Amino acid sequence: MENNTSRRDFLVNGLLATAAATATGCGNNPFAPEETVALSGEKVKLLSVDGEIIEIDKAFLKPVPHMPPLTNSEERKGIEGKKFVMVIDLARCKNLKKCQEACNHAHSLNPGQNWIKVLSMQEAEESAPFWQPTTCMHCDEPPCVKVCPVDATFKRQDGLVLIDSDRCIGCRFCMAACPYSTRVFNWEEPILEEAVAAQPYSCETSMPQKIGTVSKCDFCPDMARMGELPHCVTSCPNGVFMFGDMNEDSVTNGAETFRFSELIKDKAGYRLMEDLGTKPSVYYLPPVSRNFPYESGLENLSPADKQSH
Amino acid sequence: MENSPSLTKDQIIQDLLPQKFGKLGMIWTYSLIFICLIGAFAYYRQLSKGLVVTNMGDYVSWGIYISNFVFFVAISLVGSLITAIFRLSNMKWATPLTRIAEIIAVSAIVFASLIIIIDMGRPDRMLNLFLHGRIQSPIMWDVIVISTYFVISLLLLYLPLLPDLKIMIKFKERSSNILNKLYLFQGSFWRGTAEQFKISERAITILCITIIPVAFSIHTVTSWLFATTYRPGWDSTNFGAYFISGAFLVGAGGVVVAMFVFRKFYKLEKYITEMHFEKMGRIVVMLSLLYLYFNINEYLVPAFKMKSGEEAHLKGLFSGEFALIFWFAILIGMIIPILILVFKKGRKPLPMFIAGIMIVIGAWFKRYLIVTPTLLHPFLPMQDAPAEFHHYFPSWEEWAIAMGTLAGTLLVITFFARIYPIIPIQETITEQDETCMSLPPTKRHE
Repeated sequence: MENNTSRRDFLVNGLLATAAATATGCGNNPFAPEETVALSGEKVKLLSVDGEIIEIDKAFLKPVPHMPPLTNSEERKGIEGKKFVMVIDLARCKNLKKCQEACNHAHSLNPGQNWIKVLSMQEAEESAPFWQPTTCMHCDEPPCVKVCPVDATFKRQDGLVLIDSDRCIGCRFCMAACPYSTRVFNWEEPILEEAVAAQPYSCETSMPQKIGTVSKCDFCPDMARMGELPHCVTSCPNGVFMFGDMNEDSVTNGAETFRFSELIKDKAGYRLMEDLGTKPSVYYLPPVSRNFPYESGLENLSPADKQSH
Repeated sequence: MENSPSLTKDQIIQDLLPQKFGKLGMIWTYSLIFICLIGAFAYYRQLSKGLVVTNMGDYVSWGIYISNFVFFVAISLVGSLITAIFRLSNMKWATPLTRIAEIIAVSAIVFASLIIIIDMGRPDRMLNLFLHGRIQSPIMWDVIVISTYFVISLLLLYLPLLPDLKIMIKFKERSSNILNKLYLFQGSFWRGTAEQFKISERAITILCITIIPVAFSIHTVTSWLFATTYRPGWDSTNFGAYFISGAFLVGAGGVVVAMFVFRKFYKLEKYITEMHFEKMGRIVVMLSLLYLYFNINEYLVPAFKMKSGEEAHLKGLFSGEFALIFWFAILIGMIIPILILVFKKGRKPLPMFIAGIMIVIGAWFKRYLIVTPTLLHPFLPMQDAPAEFHHYFPSWEEWAIAMGTLAGTLLVITFFARIYPIIPIQETITEQDETCMSLPPTKRHE
């Protein structure tokens, strides 16, 4: 057994050495520090592959891209084996808008653009008002995808509906078709930080935004690929948003994890506008036994909405 | 011509050959050019700053560009009505009107395509429609049928023009050198042999048959851009027929206006007679009643039920924010024209002209009402969005561009009427001969 391990190590090292030798074009020891690296004197602790804590100079750390860049066709295909779902617990929402803040920040949205809208809802005059965070529904029968003439908005096998802003022609038919008014248009040149603007567009990060194209909530598949939760989920202090995988039948808000089917059954989860046949991927839990009174959210109303209240 | 059998061939040619514009014609043309230039400047601003120069927002994401587009597609349908439907049903009296109808159709469809490009956020990516086109999108259907309709309409304009080009080439002292070169380029191959006439006739008949389903398609598909969505006010199975009936009405109204103007300024009283106005008047009444019928269907049935989604929309139209435009469009676009034209006295040229203008203006506002109010009543409340998104009134750039395209359409028609005979010369001669029966059939086409 031991012999085996050392043999594999040897093989790996040998391969690395060969690769390094090929790359640098000379027979230097690949483990010796490169000559150009100036030691900073600052040490960092790292966990080695063997589980030991080692200390190395900071200068040896090289920035590694988070993810190998995905091709457009990989982004259009989706994450294999997943079927993303979101559950929004209306009993926990008090219109804090932390979700919106985090989302806008993470996606460098311009003022006035909100992918998440927290709506003040009241079904009838005598019924109780409640706060309803609204994301893209990532419908299984997406009306927006049906009407897009150029396949700029598309449905993936993991259930997500995303936008290719490099392809969108800006006809805005999808905005007319979406019954949830979830889509946002870039009416003018988006103001972006240089680092963001310089990136190539990715359908998974939905960044950088481009003038004359449509954008919307993307369920943060870039975070999912890193095994992390969407920004709205992690930023909500009240655990309103639960995100997960239908195939695993589990959703989590980071602190609590639920079996999706049981949660929906126990709390009578529902989807918006079921009668339209759009089959959303977002489920709502009704605002019963609430954590906060509706009124506690009023102070956070946006100025434009304050007038109508 | 039925009621002017004394015209000689030479007189017909002299009367109908294109004439130089007078002072009024020049003022008209330069005014149109001026309006187009303002529109072009506004579009330049839009290209450099983006659609932010418009007052559209994330709720009202389609504004007067789209309603103008619907208006253009609607008015262009008249080409198929007068050229094809009348021709196939053997309504010979309409012959002098065919070219007027067809040039309205062609220029309107050109500007329909233009305004839809103007509405695009990324006109630079237009080729994506061909590189990545997806056939299940109604927009692709529109691209296909509109381009087909354009080609057929252009052919229906061109083929009957060939014999007239020959006449114009013969009378070359009437036109400048450049125009004569144009006539030669377009029509020198036409010798007017019996065989050429036979081929041309056959082609025109085939085109007339094909253009009818294509015409129905362009406006039905245009209505589906709305009807395929879920929104109150658009989600209607009535929409295709409603749009087509409205299209024939506005087109016929447009033709009546053009008839009056050409008759007056080109002194065509002998060719566009009171009989033509009388008959067009009856047709316009019928079309107005038809459109009124579909309007009643479109508004009364949902208003009877008042589903909660429709309620805000319908109340906005009947008595709310849009009531003034709504009743204006219904009255001026249908009711008053019907009241004028049901009476024999109302079917004289001047009242017809006034009714025609009313119909066209009413129709333009009707298209605005079809597009905008619906978008202001989404399913979920309009919140967490900038306050200016809660209302819509077009910006000056939008007005300038919309008016620029309307002026452009009129400009194309004006130029056409300056360059080509607006009433088909050869067909008028042929029909005169047929009516007189004074010549043996073999000589008719000479």
